[in-house]
Amino acid sequence: MVLGRAFEDMCAQMYYKMFSFVHFYNGQEVVSTGFIKLLKQQDSIVSTYRDPIHALSKGVFTRAVSKLFSKTTGCCRGQGGSMHMFSWEHNVLGGFAFISERIFVATDAAFTSEYKREVLKEVDCDHVTLAFSRDETCNNGQFFGCLNMAALWKLPIVFVIENNLWAIGMSHLRATSDPQIYKKGPAFEMSGVHVDEMDVLKVKEVAKEAIDRVRRGEGPTLVECETYRFRGHSLADPDELRDPAEKVH
Amino acid sequence: MLGIVRQKMLEQSLKKIPPAVSVLRSYSSAAKQMTIRDALNSALDEEMSADSKVFLMGEEVGEYQGAYKITKGLLDKYGPERVLDTPITEAGFTGVAVGAAYYGVKPVVEFMTFNFSMQAIDHIINSAAKTNYMSSGQISVPIVFRGPNGAAAGVGAQHSQCYAAWYASCPGLKVLAPYSSEDARGLLKAAIRDPDPVVFLENELLYGESFPVSDEVLDSSFCLPIGKAKIERKGKDVTIAAYSKMVGYALKAAETLEKDGIDAEVINLRSIRPLDRSMINASVRKTSRLVTVEEAFPQHGVGAEICASIVEESFAYLDAPVERIAGADVPMPYAANLERMAVPQVEDIVRAAKRTCYRSVS
Repeated sequence: MVLGRAFEDMCAQMYYKMFSFVHFYNGQEVVSTGFIKLLKQQDSIVSTYRDPIHALSKGVFTRAVSKLFSKTTGCCRGQGGSMHMFSWEHNVLGGFAFISERIFVATDAAFTSEYKREVLKEVDCDHVTLAFSRDETCNNGQFFGCLNMAALWKLPIVFVIENNLWAIGMSHLRATSDPQIYKKGPAFEMSGVHVDEMDVLKVKEVAKEAIDRVRRGEGPTLVECETYRFRGHSLADPDELRDPAEKVH
Repeated sequence: MLGIVRQKMLEQSLKKIPPAVSVLRSYSSAAKQMTIRDALNSALDEEMSADSKVFLMGEEVGEYQGAYKITKGLLDKYGPERVLDTPITEAGFTGVAVGAAYYGVKPVVEFMTFNFSMQAIDHIINSAAKTNYMSSGQISVPIVFRGPNGAAAGVGAQHSQCYAAWYASCPGLKVLAPYSSEDARGLLKAAIRDPDPVVFLENELLYGESFPVSDEVLDSSFCLPIGKAKIERKGKDVTIAAYSKMVGYALKAAETLEKDGIDAEVINLRSIRPLDRSMINASVRKTSRLVTVEEAFPQHGVGAEICASIVEESFAYLDAPVERIAGADVPMPYAANLERMAVPQVEDIVRAAKRTCYRSVS
């Protein structure tokens, strides 16, 4: 967690040497630490464009740093970029720019895990996929398609919604008819859980329960973590619409 | 010293006096400079003012003043009923806008980048482009889809694709690609007034660039015809046809070529669909050589279509094979040095023009 914050702060300082989009994660570290640290090497994560810290938590360290500087030693050799962290070795299946695309990729990864166990008879295959996404994704039709399929086929996936209340300059409350995202789970016969603290131990408790449930074959969970991003959407964002008092930490 | 101060004070006070006609006469031909951003903003403002059926829809277009500030000030002026901030669901809000257009209102839908339009492409093609034909003319869809298209700087593969060829292949759509501020104003106004769906492809890197604009361009009734290209630079040795940012590169290439005694004619396509085949063919019949330039992927691109048109209509006039300059056939890499290699540069255009003239390119 501390590593994540230090990493992002250093990225902010080095931004102009990076020549890239950089989308900071400051304030949301609890979510990635709380969940990802409970995973095994073979478990997968699929992330948003705010993904370097997810990759870091999963063990992609120096190569993540190199990637941001477009170096060939980076995990994608300068081809992907800060928004697209991929590491086959660590089962990091990407950050994606498109907010709903990543949910499908994650659902597919979970489907494959299920397929390996049921069809290819790899009985020890209990790989879990974590699909990280944010509040704005939950207004997108493709999200609902994935929730439906995941619940229908009891896929080994946990949908982790990092509700940081803002999409660039659009408040979650202005964009959403019912802002309580965890309630969308039960509409698809899936457990929906809400964690509203930036408390890593509480998040870890919820995460453990959700991941264990999936490993037992009891189906997916939708977890809504209310969090906050202290910096703007990216360093190019003037961030004028949020109340400065909200951002104090 | 006091004399200088007095002179400066006099200059200042002269600036405050509205210019007399005699002063105006000497400056009346001097063009004002306008950025593409301001050109687009003023076009939207004027069209919204003239027609209350025109409204804007998109992510961050209202309170955030536009992701690239193109819609700055419009929320304050026209209110939230006509400048709608949408949730992030391109398929959702594009579908809603197309349906609204069926009933005669005129949405201008902003995609934060045309890469995101892929989420809504079913609505653009199936719900908008094909409807007038499928309904045998009963329903027209006066909608504009606009936003930045093509490569920016260091934004990676999912934010850098050019969609001109994809949209231009579809009957029922009009596809425009402005280059200068005059293009931006004139073509956006034409697009909003047009009764058919129009895809308006801007370029993020051009938003801050200034171009001279005449009084005629600044007039609120100014409009450019859809389907007509513009000859930006007359020449006689080789035709270079380009759109959007590549027009600027083609003009720079023409300057370099002039030093080597090659007089290039640069065509700004402006309209990708309908393509101004007659102007391009007329130019090639004059010069006998053609270079097409685009930032997009090469296969099935705009250059390929232009080449086919020349072969069909002006084959006997060609003195050399057509040269096609396009982006590299890879998803846009992220690293700066790789990105530079993946998009056309001025030197590539110069070399291609020389090849058509059978000159050494070393």
